[in-house]
Amino acid sequence: MLTKLLSGDRPRSLILSFVLLAILAGLALAPFLFPGVRSLETAARICIFIVLVASYDLLLGYSGIVSFAHTMFFGLGAYGVALASTHMGRGYDALAVGTIAGAVAAAVLALLIGLFSLRVRAIFFAMITLAVASAVAVLVSQLSGLTGGEDGLNYSIPRELTPAFRLGTLFGVSITGKLLNYYLVFFASLMLFLLLLRVVNSPFGRVLQAIRENDFRAEAIGYRVVLYRTLATCLSAAVAAIAGSLFAIWLRYVGPDTTLSFEIMLDILLMVVIGGMGTMYGAVIGATIFVLAQNYLQNLMGVASGATEGLPLIPQLLDPDRWLLWLGVLFILSVYFFPTGIVGRLRSED
Amino acid sequence: MAAAPDHAPKYAQLPLSDKIGRAMPLLLVPVLVLLGFLSIGSTSSWLTLTVSGLAMGMMIFIMASGLTLVFGLMDVINFGHGAFISVGAYVGISALLALEGWTGVPSLMLNVAAVLAAVIAAMCVTGALGWGFERVIVRPVYGAHLKQILVTVGGLIVIEQMIHVLWGPDEIYITRPEMLKGAVTFAGAAIEKYRLLAVVFGLALFIAMRLVLKRTKIGLIVRAGVQNGEMVQALGYRLRLVFIGVFVTGSALAGLGGVMWGLYQEVITAGMGEEMMILVFIVVIIGGLGSVEGAFIGALMVGLLQNYVAFLEPKLALISNIALMTAILMWRPQGMMPVVKAK
Repeated sequence: MLTKLLSGDRPRSLILSFVLLAILAGLALAPFLFPGVRSLETAARICIFIVLVASYDLLLGYSGIVSFAHTMFFGLGAYGVALASTHMGRGYDALAVGTIAGAVAAAVLALLIGLFSLRVRAIFFAMITLAVASAVAVLVSQLSGLTGGEDGLNYSIPRELTPAFRLGTLFGVSITGKLLNYYLVFFASLMLFLLLLRVVNSPFGRVLQAIRENDFRAEAIGYRVVLYRTLATCLSAAVAAIAGSLFAIWLRYVGPDTTLSFEIMLDILLMVVIGGMGTMYGAVIGATIFVLAQNYLQNLMGVASGATEGLPLIPQLLDPDRWLLWLGVLFILSVYFFPTGIVGRLRSED
Repeated sequence: MAAAPDHAPKYAQLPLSDKIGRAMPLLLVPVLVLLGFLSIGSTSSWLTLTVSGLAMGMMIFIMASGLTLVFGLMDVINFGHGAFISVGAYVGISALLALEGWTGVPSLMLNVAAVLAAVIAAMCVTGALGWGFERVIVRPVYGAHLKQILVTVGGLIVIEQMIHVLWGPDEIYITRPEMLKGAVTFAGAAIEKYRLLAVVFGLALFIAMRLVLKRTKIGLIVRAGVQNGEMVQALGYRLRLVFIGVFVTGSALAGLGGVMWGLYQEVITAGMGEEMMILVFIVVIIGGLGSVEGAFIGALMVGLLQNYVAFLEPKLALISNIALMTAILMWRPQGMMPVVKAK
C-alpha cells in the first residue's frame, strides 16, 4: 500500500526515511505543533515550494533541461487565481477557474517555448526561457491596469478560508479559516507531490532519464526525444502553475516580487541542487532546509553583521541584504562537491 | 613508373539560390531600416532613431561577440558574462569620476584621454576577472552543459553581490565628459554626439575583429577551432590556450561594452549586466551560436527594432525582441548564420 502510494520509489536510506517522516509529520501537524502565525506561514511556504521544486526537478533532474522560466509559470498560476478572484468576485468557482486557466496557459506557453527551442538544442532552451521570463516579468509590472503593476493585487477568497471564519478550539488551538486554508494547501501539495512521484517512476519518467543520460541513443532506440522533452516541459509548467495558484490562495496577494522575480528562480535552483537533483525526495529536503534557513538565518546574519561592526568589509559581507551572495557561493560549491545533493549523499552511505 | 594521375580539385559553384540564402541575413538590416522609414514617416525622427538604434546595436554587439566565440570554440555557455558588463561599467565609471579634472573641461584631448583611461582600466579588470572566472568557475565543468549553466549563474550572482559590497547598493549617476555632451544637427535631426561616437567605435571594432579573425594566423586557428576543434588539436595547436585567450578577450570586451553602455544611459546599477544579458542572449541566438557576423547583424536588428518600436508603440517595445527572436527562429531554427560544425 505504502509502496504503491510512493510509486515503488522508496527513500532507500534509513536516515532519509526518518527525515522525510519527520518533515511529513511536522507539516501535517504544523498548526498544533508550532502554533503561531509565523510558523504557519513558514509551513505553508514549505508545502508550496516542495511542489514547485519537485516540478522543477522533473525538468532539471530527470530530463536534464535547464529552464529559467519556472517562476513565470508559477506566476501565471498565481495571477490566474488573482485575476479570476478580482473579476468574478470571491467564490470557489473563481479559484477553480483561475487555477485551471493558469495551468492551461502555462502548459501552452511551455509548449510554444519548447517547440522553438527544444527542437534545436537543449541549450537554447535555457537562454530563451531566460529572455521570455524576463520579458513577462517586465510586462506584468508595466501593465498596471490589468495586473496592478509593482503593487500587485489584493483580492478576497471565500470566507471559509480566511482567519475571520471561526469554528472553535481543538487542543488549545483555535480552528479558523486560516487553518482550513493551510490544510487545503497541505493536502493539495501532498497529492501533487505523489502525482509527480508517480510520473517520474512511470515508463514516461524512465524515458526522460534515458534521454538525460544519452539523448542520441534514446532517439536511436526509437523514442521521439523532442516529444518527450516537450511533454515534460508542459507537465512541469502546469504543476508549477498549480503551485502558484495555491500560493495565491494562501497569501491572498500576488505581486511581481513574490511570484515572478529572478530571485525566486535562484531559490528554486538552489533548493533542487542542495536537496539532490534527479530525486523527488531531494525537493522535499531542499525546500524544507532552504525555507527554514531563509526565514531564520537572515536574522542571524544581521546579528553577525552587528557584532563585527568596526572591522573593514566584513560587516558589509554579512549584511542581511547580502544573503544572496552567500547563496551564490553555496550554490557553486554544492554543484561542484555535492552534485547529488543531500539525498544522494544519504543514499550512498547505506 | 607511371606518374600519379593529375589531381585537380574543382570547387563547384554554389547555385544562385544558395548564394541568395546566405546573403539574406545581410539584407535584413537595410530592410529593417527601410521599413522603419516607411512606418515613421518623418525623416528627422527616423534619422535620430536609426542612429540611436545603431549605437545601441554596436554596444550590444561588443558585449555579445565574446560570448558567441567562447561558445563556438569550446561549447561553453557562460551565463556569468553579464557580470563582466556590470564590473566593467563600475570600474570604468569610477575611473571617470576620479578623473573629474579631465572630464569637466571642454577639451577634446583631455576628455578622450579620460574615456580611454576608463576603458583601459575597465578592460584590464574584466579581462583579469575573466581569466580568474575561467580557472575557478568554468574549467572544472567542461563538457557538462547542465553544470556549466548552473555554476556560471552562481558566479553571476556572486560577482553582482560583490559589486554591492564594494560600491554600495545604490545606482551611480554620471554625466558624460564635456565634449561628448549635446547633439549635432544634421538634416533637421538632432543626433547625440555620443551615439555617433559609439557607432563609429563599434564599427571600427567589428572591422578590426573581422580582420583579426580572417587575416591573421591566430584568427585562422580560432575559426578552425570553432569548426573542428579536435582536428586543430591533432595538428598540434594548444586550443586550450587559444580558448583562454578568447575568453579573456571576450570578458574584456564585455567590460568595454559596460563602460559604453553606462555612459550611454548615464546611470549604472549592479543589475545592468543581468538586464543586458537578456538582449545579448537574444542576439547570440538569432545570429547563430558561434557566429560573429551573425551576432553583429542580430545586434543591429535588435537595437534598431527596439528604438523604432519604442517610438511607434511604446508598450510593445518590451516584447518586440522576443517577437523578432521568434520570427527568426521560425525562419532558421539554428539562427541566421549557423556555424557549420565539421563533426
